[in-house]
Order: sequence, then C-alpha cells, then structure tokens
Amino acid sequence: MTNMRMSEQNITHRETKIEARGVDVFYASTQAIKSVDVDILDHTVTSFIGPSGCGKSTFLRCLNRMNDTIPICRVTGSITMDGQDIYDKSVDPVQLRARVGMVFQKPNPFPKSIYDNIAYGPRIHGLVDNKADLDEVVEKSLRRAAMWNEAKDRLDEPGTGLSGGQQQRLCIARAIATAPEVLLMDEPCSALDPIATAQIEELIDELRETFSVVIVTHSMQQAARVSQKTAFFHLGDLVEYGDTQKIFTNPEDQRTQDYITGRFG
Amino acid sequence: MVSMAELSKHHGSEASARRLKKRKWAEIRLRAYGIAALTLAGMALAALLWSVVGKAGYALSETYINLPITVSADDVDASDPGSANFDGLTKDMLRETFPSASSRSAKRELYDLLSSGASFELRERVIADPSLVGQTVDNRFLASDIADLYVKGEFGELTSTPHKGTLSAIGDEDEVSVSNTSNDFADILAGVKRGLLDQSATLRRQAARQDAGFNVMSSRSGNAATEEEAASLMADASSRATERDRLIALAEDLEARAATAGGTEALDDTTPSVLLKVGTGWVKMSEISATGGKGTPIVPLGANSEQLPPEQWKYFVNTTPEASRKISDSQIVWIETLKAQGAVETVFNWRFFTAGDSREPELAGIWGAAVGSFWTMLVTFFLAFPIGVLAAIYLEEFAPKNRITDFVEVNINNLAAVPSIVFGLLGLAVFITVFGVPRSSPLAGGIVLALMTLPTIIIASRAAIRAVPPSIRDAALGLGASRLQTSFHHVFPLAMPGILTGTIIGMAQALGETAPLIMVGMVAFIVDVPTGITEKASVLPVQVYSWSDFPERAFEARTAAAICVLLAFLVIMNALAVFLRKRFERRW
Repeated sequence: MTNMRMSEQNITHRETKIEARGVDVFYASTQAIKSVDVDILDHTVTSFIGPSGCGKSTFLRCLNRMNDTIPICRVTGSITMDGQDIYDKSVDPVQLRARVGMVFQKPNPFPKSIYDNIAYGPRIHGLVDNKADLDEVVEKSLRRAAMWNEAKDRLDEPGTGLSGGQQQRLCIARAIATAPEVLLMDEPCSALDPIATAQIEELIDELRETFSVVIVTHSMQQAARVSQKTAFFHLGDLVEYGDTQKIFTNPEDQRTQDYITGRFG
Repeated sequence: MVSMAELSKHHGSEASARRLKKRKWAEIRLRAYGIAALTLAGMALAALLWSVVGKAGYALSETYINLPITVSADDVDASDPGSANFDGLTKDMLRETFPSASSRSAKRELYDLLSSGASFELRERVIADPSLVGQTVDNRFLASDIADLYVKGEFGELTSTPHKGTLSAIGDEDEVSVSNTSNDFADILAGVKRGLLDQSATLRRQAARQDAGFNVMSSRSGNAATEEEAASLMADASSRATERDRLIALAEDLEARAATAGGTEALDDTTPSVLLKVGTGWVKMSEISATGGKGTPIVPLGANSEQLPPEQWKYFVNTTPEASRKISDSQIVWIETLKAQGAVETVFNWRFFTAGDSREPELAGIWGAAVGSFWTMLVTFFLAFPIGVLAAIYLEEFAPKNRITDFVEVNINNLAAVPSIVFGLLGLAVFITVFGVPRSSPLAGGIVLALMTLPTIIIASRAAIRAVPPSIRDAALGLGASRLQTSFHHVFPLAMPGILTGTIIGMAQALGETAPLIMVGMVAFIVDVPTGITEKASVLPVQVYSWSDFPERAFEARTAAAICVLLAFLVIMNALAVFLRKRFERRW
C-alpha cells in the first residue's frame, strides 16, 4: 500500500483547484501571512506543516473565508477557486463554505442526533427535497466517513455521546454531506488517540478520490503518510512547497531541513 | 544569590509547618463563616415563613352564623324577590333574636355581628327559589370580621374565673342587683383600684404641668414692662394655680379610694369589664364591691335568681378595657350565646380564593388580583421576551463592536439599575398620557414591567449566548450556514436554558413589583375580576400593599394570606424555570 501511495505521489498532471497569489493576512496591524503563493491540486491531499503560530491555520481559514468572522482580520492578494476569485464581491461566503467544507481541530458535533448532524448541511442548502433522498445522503456520508457500521443503529442518539474519534469522523461525515469540492482539515487528529488517528488518516486517503483535501498538521509523520503535496510555513512565510516525498527527503531550504529533522519547532 | 537547593530545605522546616497550619485554619474559618451565613439566612427565612404562614392561617377559614329567618310575604314580593330589602329583613331578625338590644348603639353593635354582605346569600337563595317567601327558613349568615376573629380566638378566650360564693341576682330588664356570699370579686376590685392609681398619676402629671405654667407666668408678670401686662399674666398664673389645685384634689381623692380596701367602684369602658353568666342570662356589671354590685342584663335572666350555688353561675373578667377592644362586651355575650345554641360554624374560606377585592375583610378575596397579575405578566412576557432575546442575539451575534454598541451596552446595564418607580413615571407620562393606554389596566402595567424586565432579560440572554462554545458557531458556519441560521438553529437553542432562567428571574421580579404599578393606577380599588388586558385591575403585590394599609384587624391575616399566594406563584414560576431548563438540557 505504501508503495502504491508513493507511486501516486509522483502523479503531477492533476488540475489546480485553488490558486493563491500574494496572499497577506493581517490581524489588526500584525501581519500573520506574508505574500503566500500556493496551488492546491484537485484529488490531492495537501498538508501544511510548520511550528505553532506560523500561520498555517490562518491560511487554511482564508480558503473558505472563515476569517471573515474575525472582525479585525484583513486578507489581501488573490485566491481563486476554479478561476473564480473567492474574495470577489459577487461571491457569497455562505455559498463558498458549502463548496469548501471544513473539519476542525476539536470534534464539534452539534448537540443533536447523529442523523440531524449530518442532515443539517443538506437541509439548509436544499440539496435534497425528500426524506428518502436525505436518508440516502446521510447513509452515504456515514459510509464514506467509515462510520456507517458504528452509527446505523444509533442515528437518533446524540452526536455528543460518541467517543472522540467517532465524533471527529462524524464531523467529517457532516462536512462530506454538503457535497463540497474541497475539504479543509485543521489538525483533525490532535485531540485523538493513535488508533482513532490511524482511522482518520486512512479515511483521508480515501477521500482524495472525490475531493481536494487540505490538512494542517503538527505531525510530520502524518503529513508524510497522508499527503502528496506539502507546504512548510515559518513565521508567516511559505518557505517551501512541493511534493511530499521531496520535502521530506530532499528539502531545498535549510529551515525546512531543520524543522523536519526536529532541530527546532 | 539565592540557592534553590537551600530553598527546597524550607519545605520540611518548622516554619513551613506553621504556614501550613495557618493556611489550614484559614480554610476552616472560611468554611465556618460560610456555614454560619447560611444558617443565619435559613433562620431568617424560616422566621419569615413562620410569621407569614402563621398569620395567614386565620384567613383560611370563615365563620357563619345559622339563624332562622322569616321571609314574610309583606316584605318580599314573590314575583320580584330581588327588589326586597333583605338587609332590613336580616336586621329585623337579629333584633328579634336579641330583643334586649334596644338602644341605637346596642343595635349597631348587634348588626356588626354579621357581615354587611350577609344578606346577599339569602337574597340569591330567595331569587333562585321564590317559594321560600312566606316561610321561615334556616339560613347561614356570614359573620363580620370582628365576630369571625372572636370565634377564632383572636381576641382571647373567654375563661371563667374560679369562685366559691352563692349568688343572688335580683332585678328587671334594666338593672340587676347582685350579691354574693363570698368575697369573690375582691381581686377585681383591687385591680380596679390599681387602675385608679394610674389615673391619679396621670392627673398629677397634668397638675405638674399647670404648676410649671403657673411659675413661668408668675415670674414673667414680675418682669413685665407695664402694669396691664403684669396683671394679665398674673390672672393667667392664678387660673393655672386653680386648675392645678383642682387636679391635685381629684388625684388625692382617687388615691384615697385606692388606699382604702372594700367599698364600691364603678366600672366603665376604661376599666376591666366583668360579666356574670346566671343560668342562660348574662349581666354586665357596672358597679362592683367585694361581695356584689349592680349591672345591666345583656341577655335577660328570666326569673330572679336567688341563692345560686357556685356551679350554677359563672363570672368572667376581661382585663382589657372595652374602649381598647374592637369587640364590645355585648357582642362577646351574643356570640357566646349563639355558640351555646350551636349556631356558629367555621368552614374553609373558599371565598378568599374566588372573590375580588372588598372593603369588608370577610368578603375580600385574592382572585381579582391574581387574575390581574396573570394578565399583566402575559403582557410583560410577550413584550419583554421577544424584544429582549432578539436584542441580545443582535448585540452578541450581529452588531459590529464599535462605540455605538458599547454605548448601547453600557446603557442597558444602567437601565437595569434604574429605580422601578421611574419606569412607572415613564409609563404614566408616555403610555397613558401620550398614547392613551387605559389607566389601571394590565396593558399599562405590563408595558411598564416589560420595560423594567428588558435589561434583565437582555443581560441574562447575552451571557447565555456568550457561553455557547464558539466551536458550534464554527461548525455551522463551516457547513455554509448563514449567520442567521447559525444563530437561530444552533446558538439560540443552546442558550435557551440560560435565557429562560434570566427571563423567569426577570418575570418573578416583575411579579413582585409594586411601585411602578402604583404610578400607572393599579393601586385603585377594583372589585371586579378583570377579563382582559384593557380592563381595570389590581395585581398581587399591590393588593398586599393596599390590604396592609387597611385599618381592619382581619386584613392582617388576609395580607399574610395574599403574601403566601404571591410566594406560591413565585415558587411555581421558579419550579417552571427548573423544569424547562432540565427539559431543554436533556435534549442535548
């Protein structure tokens, strides 16, 4: 399996899904991201690594405009998705977030039933118009999040009653259910034990078939395991971006070298 | 240079042990203070409940007097019984029952035994069944407040004083002479004589004042500028001296009477009163010696009674003078007579929970005020809850954080501290005067209370909304929910328990509020139970306030009972808050 993944990492013909050019992010007067250029490819897992406070989560949140909810945050530069500037006035952030799903660091299921958690997105976006279709969406989402077998008999139970790993997979299923094109994951395994982490990682690898996945992680092993592309951030700069294999085996920048070998961070 | 290794040694030292002990004691002290504070608060609460509930007990029963009454065809027209004077009929019946009450004042005292509403029930009965006209029916008449209180023992029990003499009572309907073979009355006589000493002390104080006046006038006349003035001051001084001497003479006379044992003393409404029960008759003594005296019969003795052994007569002493009591000796005797006939019954006071207000304590009920409170709270809730919650959601979830919203926030907090009567003034000036909201109506009161409750609801709701974890908002926004959807689908339901608690606390505060409602006229005396929000109404706390101001003693018990009803409402509201919290929390 590892060999197969390695072979896949060499595939470079995939289309660019999101293109960021000269992105600066300011919190009030502090600059958090300095002129970042990144291409996120379709059907690829891209990981953002870097020490704490380097701006990788901030940049991730630019991709679905979650930073809009922070009043003092200001984004400049251009981010396009399928050629369309997502910061354009004609783009509704609400619509954008339906297309760019997000999974957060801490599992945050709604305090509702498992079913309602997953059905919430399809309902508010009007993806389906009858109960049977909704049931099907819920089942498919749970299956793709590898949750169906655990959850099928307890769809009416509250999502908050699940274990941490199950909750996180429920959140992934919830994000999948709105049928996004890109899935952003902000340290999705940081609150989980190794077994749950392994399950999620396996899941991420499968999700690549359908989505473009962007994952922020503190674990370099995780980045190496699940991603095909890796971006290394340091103090708001994008230091290096390239194939994961290359970043981890033959980094160009000294800082990348130092970070992945554990000399700082 | 500090050596950390040296410092570590400190932990095992004696100084460290002392510090540890000190800290432990500080903790024990704090706990003791906490427990003491709680105990004190608990005791205060228990004392409050004890006094209120204890007093309210009197209001929970009412007294009826069962008497036969002749509904004669002369007085009541069978075809139109409602027009008849049932009040007069009832009074006639009372006079026939106790014919000895002949004077005007005695008749008034007799009528005071029954409530002014006593004949209503008879009227209703006859209207419902006109065939009663011409018959003598047994009817129950509602007792007046003083009769009711006497039956409940509020004026003390009438207890017989031990005696051993043989009594002869001879006389007619106007006066009875009493003689006793033993000096059973000596104790009362001594008591009356002690009262004489009190009277003489009062007279001597008055005399001392006259004497002081005499001295002042004499010295002024000595210093007077003109002869005329000196003469007029002198005349004044001498008149004061005369008055002083007169008072001293009276006092000396009283003291002499008090000093000599025996003799005869008059009894009036400022001395203890003495009642004799001879057979079925009652005599009120007006003059007493150690072994006899004179009196007036309140209930006729029938034949002269001579040589009655001690067990066939009773005598009662009421040490509270008649002038200082609400109930006269005659009334006591009449009630005792009726009680002996088995005509007095005490039943549960449903009227209190079903009637509106009244000036007569025995007719007054809490229902009107309770319904008024209900309508007022309804208006308050439907105004304050939506406005307050929407304001809180807007301020927390949508409003930009800038100077204007800061200003609004500060002012909402200030509004919470505004004295409630100011809101009452606002209601009077704006809602009643400008917008013409009906005065004294639950609508006016509800609007004012809603204004008063708004800050509480807004502050509590904002706190509850702020306490919803941001991760829930992120989750909803991340799924592409709009801010409105995020607020109403996720934040609002999660904040609901806190919002409800805040709302119910605000409503409970509003339920107990009196001052602003007085300003909008809800203190008016309203007998009818309101049936809508624009009718005139009173509310529970205002009812408590008005009753506590009424002079009738029986209103004291009704005030306490009204407080209990108010407290019961508050307990129910708080229980509802707890129930709703639990219900909403269980869903998640």
